[in-house]
Amino acid sequence: MRILSGVWSGIVVVVFLLIVIGGSITLTAMTSTPVSLSSALTDPYLISVIRFTIGQAVLSTTISVGLALIVTRALARRAKFPGRRLLILLMGLPVVMPVIVAIFGITAVFGKRGLLNELLSLLGVEQSFTVYGLTGILVAHTFFNLPLAIRLLLPAWESIPRENWRLASMLGMSSRQLFRLLEWPSISDRLPGICLVVFLLCFTSFAVVLTLGGGPAATTIEVAIYQALRYDFELNQAALLALLQLSLCTVAALGLLKWFRVFAATSGRKVDARDRPDIHSTIGKATDFFCIGICTIFLLLPITMIFYSGIRGPIYEVISDPILWLASARSLIIAILATVISMLLAMGLIKSVRFLREKTKQQKGAELALTIGSMTVAIPPMVIGTGFFLIALRTHTLAHATLIMIALVNAIMVLPYLLRSISPPYIQAGEQYYKLCRHLGLSGLQRFRLIDWPIIRKPTAFAIGLGGALSFGDMGVAALFDTDGQITLPVMLYHQLGAYQFNEASVTAVFLLLLCVSFFWAINQIIGR
Amino acid sequence: MKTPKLLTALIYGVCLSATGSAHAETPTLTVFTYSSFTSEWGPGPLIKKAYETRCQCNLKFVGLEDGAALLSRLKLEGNRTSADVILGLDTSLIAEAQATELLAPHDVNIADINLAVTWSNSYFLPYDFGYFGFVYDGEEIQTPPKSLRDLMLNPDSPPVIIQDPRTSTPGLGLILWARKVFGEDDIGAWETFASKIVTVTKGWSEAYGLFLKGEAPMVLSYTTSPAYHRHIENSERYRVAMFDDGHYQQVEVIARLASSKNPTLAQNFLEFMLSNDVQKILPTTNWMLPAVKTGQALPEAFKESEIPKVVLGFTPEEVSANRKNWIKRWLGAVAK
Repeated sequence: MRILSGVWSGIVVVVFLLIVIGGSITLTAMTSTPVSLSSALTDPYLISVIRFTIGQAVLSTTISVGLALIVTRALARRAKFPGRRLLILLMGLPVVMPVIVAIFGITAVFGKRGLLNELLSLLGVEQSFTVYGLTGILVAHTFFNLPLAIRLLLPAWESIPRENWRLASMLGMSSRQLFRLLEWPSISDRLPGICLVVFLLCFTSFAVVLTLGGGPAATTIEVAIYQALRYDFELNQAALLALLQLSLCTVAALGLLKWFRVFAATSGRKVDARDRPDIHSTIGKATDFFCIGICTIFLLLPITMIFYSGIRGPIYEVISDPILWLASARSLIIAILATVISMLLAMGLIKSVRFLREKTKQQKGAELALTIGSMTVAIPPMVIGTGFFLIALRTHTLAHATLIMIALVNAIMVLPYLLRSISPPYIQAGEQYYKLCRHLGLSGLQRFRLIDWPIIRKPTAFAIGLGGALSFGDMGVAALFDTDGQITLPVMLYHQLGAYQFNEASVTAVFLLLLCVSFFWAINQIIGR
Repeated sequence: MKTPKLLTALIYGVCLSATGSAHAETPTLTVFTYSSFTSEWGPGPLIKKAYETRCQCNLKFVGLEDGAALLSRLKLEGNRTSADVILGLDTSLIAEAQATELLAPHDVNIADINLAVTWSNSYFLPYDFGYFGFVYDGEEIQTPPKSLRDLMLNPDSPPVIIQDPRTSTPGLGLILWARKVFGEDDIGAWETFASKIVTVTKGWSEAYGLFLKGEAPMVLSYTTSPAYHRHIENSERYRVAMFDDGHYQQVEVIARLASSKNPTLAQNFLEFMLSNDVQKILPTTNWMLPAVKTGQALPEAFKESEIPKVVLGFTPEEVSANRKNWIKRWLGAVAK
């Protein structure tokens, strides 16, 4: 009974997620005539699609997370330099960009007429660089996920207490020893979770893969799901493919789960990387700033190009359009609703996960619950959306529940980000102060307010900001539910593009990005300080 | 003297709710359409204004992503749909929409319909049409290909960006176009053409945006695209390559739903779509050609030379029967 009282919130969330995921797939499947599983799985086309999907996702994840490790370490070693905070803030941008905006930004740098090719021809290189193909997919996925991985990894480095650094310098540890003995134990417990989120994002990537992949050979399962749902109206096939995607991702998740390591509880509270013994050499400094510099150029050039074309657009006309503000307001409402719902789901789950770890030492069970929460990325939002739509249709709530449903789908989609950034510090706080709390008789809200909150407020602010900004930039789901002609900002952007208003759209894109950054920044100011 | 006050309030309240319900009796006509039709730059807002002044009704547009989203929404909602009218399906989706048996015959006199082909469908009414075409950058290409055959087979033809037939209407249009021109040999043509394809995008916006940014000198779009640049931007830079072997025609249609609670209103709206008032605004808002002779010339930006001489098209039944198979064959030829 005592166990039940500690895990009920988690059970509620897990059951809710399973019902939503299972229910939307089942409902979608039931709406059309069944297709045979065996005939679908032996289709050579589908097999090549599956192979391609997995291949590009593994490659993209390896590159993104691999580079993130290098850059994050450099960033962690250089705890203070001018522009560091701004750089980290700007790193939140790629993740929240509408895909089409990112595509335009990336091709402005790496495309046929991009900066890179201009530089090459300036240097007298005859051969021009072609981005379309696997290169394009990898570049784009690195652009999206490298900053995300950095943002998720950085807190792991920053959680290493200064006592450890001091001890290490007394022992005269080399940089490599520091990594092996201090840094790796601290980051390795987060790494599988981060890899999983990045992998799922790349696995389910769609428009980027199609457009920058150069042709239909670059097709992910998500493309096939879209095709089945939208153009062939074979809902059953769509549901089947969604299920297939979910199973493949589950296999990947279980593989990573196996790799999952026990949290290394570190003691000591003061955190300051300036006590590291290995940051004073010139070579170290040079390599760190080289890594940070390259990464900055790679991320900021496309962003700069997006801003550049936005600034040259008809700013006044776009900004003075009242529909832009109405759409922004609607997007903001969706973002706030989605964040609140997602936060409730995340806390419900994380609370139980910590309880499992503290009271029952159920490490694997705890990680399994977190994994289920992360798997939501593997379900195409269009399938969840279709499921919700069918529910609303049958319960005659379509006209009233639109906003809630868009928010709910978004909340489910951003849940993994919240889980992956809040759970490590929350669990660590538990491990560190569990005994103290028991001594002092702190529990419940009091424990949360006095012990947990100060530790998790920064990552929570990051997660809420990111989740909100992501829902703000959402497009697919909002368009699916339209019942009254009210539009969100990303939908408005697509309207402009559809009406040849490419210059106007580039202004709207910048406006959207600025709003996302402001939202992100405001949340961090309010909560994260 | 509290009672009279309360009474006044009550009476006032009753009156208010009475006028409220009187308001509610103003019928609302719900039209499902694609989003660029109803966006502030499309014809939607103008049509709404014009129609509401004459019908004593509310006209409500629901804008979905594209024609395919429209059809799938219709199928999802079935006879529970709140739509009275569905506007914006094209010829390649007609057969499947008709198969849902959710539609009612239009009963409109179609004598005035002026497409390049004769129209006989009794459920769908064409309101505008266009042709797929390859738009090129005049600063990059001086001598554009003269025919689809030339474009797809000539090793010197320019690189192009096209759309995916699995996710976009023009993409599917090109499959049908090539099939019409090459017949059974389309696969060979696609295999040759594949090396010229810079990339295949999810939708028209990605493709056209990349084209405008110089990623390729040519893009699959509509023959009316140059008219936009001329009319709005006063630019002659973007042109369309007119092909001797023809252009594939896309006809956009409207239909009313059998489940509609406002059949007369829906019927009137169908007729209104063919009226001069609507037809004359379609070219410069929807960038398509009017389906009815308006009696007045097209805006100056639309050039006679950009109207195809040879018009190609499959019947909706042919498209519906072969679409999947042809896309599959296309994948086999292009995805390597």
